[in-house]
This record gives sequence, C-alpha cells and structure tokens, in this order.
Amino acid sequence: MELFEILTSAAFWAAAIRIASPLIFATMGELICERAGVLNLGIEGIMVAGAFAGWIAVWAGLPLWGGVSVAFLVGVGLGGIHSILSVPFGLSQHVVGIGLTLLATSATFYTYRVMLPEVSTPPKIDAFQPFHIPFLSEIPFFGPALFQQTALTYLAFILVAVVSFTLYRTPLGLAVRAAGESPAAVAAQGLSVTAIRMGAVMVGSGCMAVGGAFLTMSAFDSFFFDMVNGRGWICIALVVFGAWRPGKALFGAILFAAFDALQIRLQQTGIGAVVPYQVFLMMPYILSIIALIVMSRRAEVPAALMVPFNKGER
Amino acid sequence: MRLEPIANPSLARRLTLPALAIAATILIASLLAMIAGGNPMAVLGQILVGAFGSKFALLETLNRATPLIFTGLAIAVAFRAKLWNIGAEAQLYAGAVVVAVLGTGALQLPAPALLTIMALAAMMAGAFLLLVPALLKTRLGVDEVVTTLLFNFIFLLFVSYLLEGPLKDPMGMGWPKSARLTPEARLPRIVDGLRLHWGFALALIAAAIVWIIDAKTTLGFEMRAVGQNAEAARFAGIPVTKVILKTALLSGGLAALAGFSEVAGLKGSLTLDLSPGFGYTGIVVAMLALLHPLGVVVAALFVAAIFVGADSMSRAIGVPSYLADIMLATALLCMVLAILLTKFRVRRD
Repeated sequence: MELFEILTSAAFWAAAIRIASPLIFATMGELICERAGVLNLGIEGIMVAGAFAGWIAVWAGLPLWGGVSVAFLVGVGLGGIHSILSVPFGLSQHVVGIGLTLLATSATFYTYRVMLPEVSTPPKIDAFQPFHIPFLSEIPFFGPALFQQTALTYLAFILVAVVSFTLYRTPLGLAVRAAGESPAAVAAQGLSVTAIRMGAVMVGSGCMAVGGAFLTMSAFDSFFFDMVNGRGWICIALVVFGAWRPGKALFGAILFAAFDALQIRLQQTGIGAVVPYQVFLMMPYILSIIALIVMSRRAEVPAALMVPFNKGER
Repeated sequence: MRLEPIANPSLARRLTLPALAIAATILIASLLAMIAGGNPMAVLGQILVGAFGSKFALLETLNRATPLIFTGLAIAVAFRAKLWNIGAEAQLYAGAVVVAVLGTGALQLPAPALLTIMALAAMMAGAFLLLVPALLKTRLGVDEVVTTLLFNFIFLLFVSYLLEGPLKDPMGMGWPKSARLTPEARLPRIVDGLRLHWGFALALIAAAIVWIIDAKTTLGFEMRAVGQNAEAARFAGIPVTKVILKTALLSGGLAALAGFSEVAGLKGSLTLDLSPGFGYTGIVVAMLALLHPLGVVVAALFVAAIFVGADSMSRAIGVPSYLADIMLATALLCMVLAILLTKFRVRRD
C-alpha cells in the first residue's frame, strides 16, 4: 500500500514541515492583524515583496539573517501603508488590501527588472542549510522529520509560541485582542485603539514578509515571479480554519502542508499516471475552501473585525 | 486624530482632492522612472504618445479597454452590493471556455444566432461560477473574498487541463491552445480594415444597460440598499439573500462577457495567457470609477491607455512596463483616500 508507506516515512513529514514553514509565518502575521480587528488582504503582495527583499539583500552581500531582517522591515513598511489607510482613515479593508497586494507585487517586479535588467535566469544565493539539532535530530523518525530543518523553520515554531504567549499571557496581548473584540472598551481604558491596531498590522505584515523570504532563502535559493502563487490567500483561509488561535492555526498549516506534500508524491504513483496533474495542483486551493466551509459554523470571528473605530463616534 | 463628517462638501473640495490623487500618482511614477534611469517627462510623454499618438495606438487602447469595461462593470455591480467578487478572472475564463467549446464547430449555426447563443451561454457559465461562492456566503457565512480568489487558481488549472486535453488543438504543434473559432463564431470588425471588433460596442451597450438597471429599476435600488446597510435593508422588507444572489449572477455574467469578447473578437482561440489579469485590473477600474457604470467606461479607457502606453514606452525607453501596474495601484489607493477626504475633515484630538 503506497499511501501507508508515504505517510509513515520521515522524509514525507520533513517535507510537510518544510512546506508548512512559510505558511506558519504568514498565518501568524495575518492572525495578529485580524485579532486586532484588521483584515489584511495585502498578504499576498507582502509575501512577494518579502521573498524578493530578503533574497536581493543577501545577493547584494548581506548575511542571511540580515536578509531576513530586511524582509521583515519591508513587510513592516508595507503594513504601515495598509494601517494608515485602514485604521485612522478607516477605508475599506478589502479595497486597501487588494490595492496593497497590487502595489507590492508590481513594485517588486519593477525593482527586479530595474536591478537585474539583462538576466534571463535569476542569480542564486547561498540559502539556509538544514541544521541538525544535537541529540534531538538522532531520535528515530521524529529526528529527521522535525529536527533536521533549516533555522528559519525553527524560527517559525518559536514565532507560534511567542504569538500565543503574547496574546494570552501579557497585557499587550490583551490589548490587541480587546482592540479586535470591543475597541470602545480599549479606548475607555485610556489606550489608543489606533496605535494598537497600526502596530499589530505592521508587525503582522513583517511576519508575512518573512514567510515570503522563506521561499527564496530556505525552500529555494532564487526568486521567481509566480513564486508565492496564492499562498497568501491560503493563509487567510488557515486563520479562519484555526479559529483565530495560534495553536490551531499551526495545526491547520501542518495538516494543509501534509496534504500538499502528499499530492506531490501521489503524482509519481499509479494514480498520477491516470489523473491529470492539474487535479493535484488544485488540491491545496480546494482544501482551503473546504476548510472554510467546515469551520464557517464554529469559528469565533473577532467581533470588531473589519469595523473601523472612530473615537467619539457612537 | 479623528474624522469629522462635512455636511456639504464644496465643489472645490470635490474637484481638488481627486486631482491631487492623480498628481501624487504622476509624481511617484516620475520618481520611479528616474530611479530606472529614465527622464520622467520623456517617460510620461511616451506613455501618452504610445496610447493616443496614432490611429493604430488609439485602436489598441480601445481594444485593451474592452475586456476592462466588462470586468470593471462586473466588479462595480458586485461591490455596490458589498459582494466582494475578486474572482472576475475565473469568470472571464469560464466565458472564454464556453466560446472555445461552442465556437470551434460544435454548433453549426449562422453567425447572428451562434454569437447570441455563445454570449448567453458564456454569461451563464460566469454567473454559475460566482453563484457558488455567493451561496456559500448567504447559506453558510463563508467569506466570498477568499473563495472567489481561490476559485481563480482552481479554474485556471482547469483551463490548463482543458487546453492540454479535451480542447487541445490537434493542429497546434503541441502548444496548449484551443482550435481556432469558425468564421461564423467571430465577432466582426466594426470598420473594415481597422483592428476594432464589435466587442467594444457590446461593452458600451453593457455599460448603458447596467446604468439603467442601477438607476431606474427596483433591483438597482435594492442592490444599493443592501450594500449600504444589509440589516436596514432586511428591516425595510428587501429580500437581502435574493438580491445578493441576483447581483452575483449579473456580476459573473458580465465578467464572462470579457472572455467571450476576447476570444470571439480579438484572439480567435483560447490560450492560457488570454487575460493578463483583466479580472484583477477590473477592481482598479471599478474603484477609479467610484463604482458608477458609466464611469467604468472612462476609467477603463484611462487604465487601458496607461497599459498600452507603458508597453510602448518600455520598448522605446527601456523603463520596465510594470510602471503601469504601480501607477494604477497608487492611483487606486490615493483615490479612495481622496474620496474619503472630500466627505470628512481630519481633526486632531
């Protein structure tokens, strides 16, 4: 039974964790934004910009972590544009987000063409290599699956823990959650809803950009135009699937990535010879829609998501 | 800061702010052109010349505007009712697939009958494609933004399968393209010898019809009421769910006409690069038109001119044509902000 063999191999789960990593960064980023009450549809464009920024920074001579920092800062900057328009001005988050995705994507492609006018194949960088964690990486099955990943993958898991702890165990997290549930109560406490929401969107957008950078700096070692390919939209679905909770969203991202890894492997089996390859490529998107349908009844949406807050307005 | 509504915005305010938005866009485009080593005046001038400078350029702009009028209308209709249809790209291809199926010999009819049937069938396909996310929204509360976006990816893969399988042109030398349409299935040119087809006229007619629906019919009124405040509309006895579904059918149908017009009018066969993102650009068109059906025609011409002009500029001066996409995204963001500021004043706390 081929399916059983695939699902019990450590290599399969190592691939699933690798595929999940960019999704985890971007899903955490979107989750932070939405918990504060802002839907960030700029995610797709921010991931494209992050993928390019991190890669080009390393190509220009920065160390790998310097590239990650550049990607994060580019994300923060793009998040700044989103948050100014969507928070104090309260413009439609749908329109601002789609506009930002168009802006970030086209600005990235423009910069690419300006910086590398003559190239037909983009240059490669020395990307993050797998780092075997001492002792843990030698555990049978779990070692190769979990502890022989690149540093950015470990960072993704650390990010989930940090986001989860911050949201539920710190005053800052309480303020962020309250900004997304009942902003009036936050304002009554003397806190600025505008500042909290803008901060959340900027930090969240930074995480999305690092998710993009994972693609060019860890999964691959180069930048391609259609690299992100809808992953941002999938992350929006993952936030809903995870019911706006970091732990559940992490589970969703890994589950999703496992299906993605599975469809790649199934293409090479007997099934792949019969079924057109496009059907396999559709699976991630179809799964996302199914996830949205399944969770639609149960999900606890932040009450003030997509509701602009204008102080003094009743 | 906080926003304070202005009771009666002056005409000066309503004209100055959008003009400032356009000025900001041109300023940013100039800066970017300079970064790429181009002289801003030459770049902007070449964009204008490339879009309007000759009969050929002008016709090219009108041709490019045609699908954008359709997708712009589709988005405008949907956004007015707060139905966030981001799936016009997939609906466009749904229309295109129907044309490629019916127009390559499957249906032997005289041209007028065949073209009418193809247009109606294309509209039904597009309408159905948006009906699914609309039903998911009204029945289960699934956000249509994400579902329509994901449908774009799914449907494009489906088209890719069709073009490598059932719809593949046996004479296509292995390229993933459909067979060519029969002469009866082609939209004729408006004037002999000029490269402008009847799809453009159809787009103008569609805009007029949508405007009439919008301004003169109960459905138009209901769609706007649902968009402004669904709860209040429900309270006033408007069947909100039905209105949303009707909006979806209209919007999906309009987007599919873009595919119909591109395949039957311009290209004559279906390929995977039929649309360079007309469905997404339609969002910019609709927003620049402030969701007004007649404004969509003007905005589509403006957007098409920038694209056609930027292509020509890129060939002549070498500044990447992605400058056009940046200009449009910037114009969109600046314009929504400008429109807001015509109605609200910014006050410090």
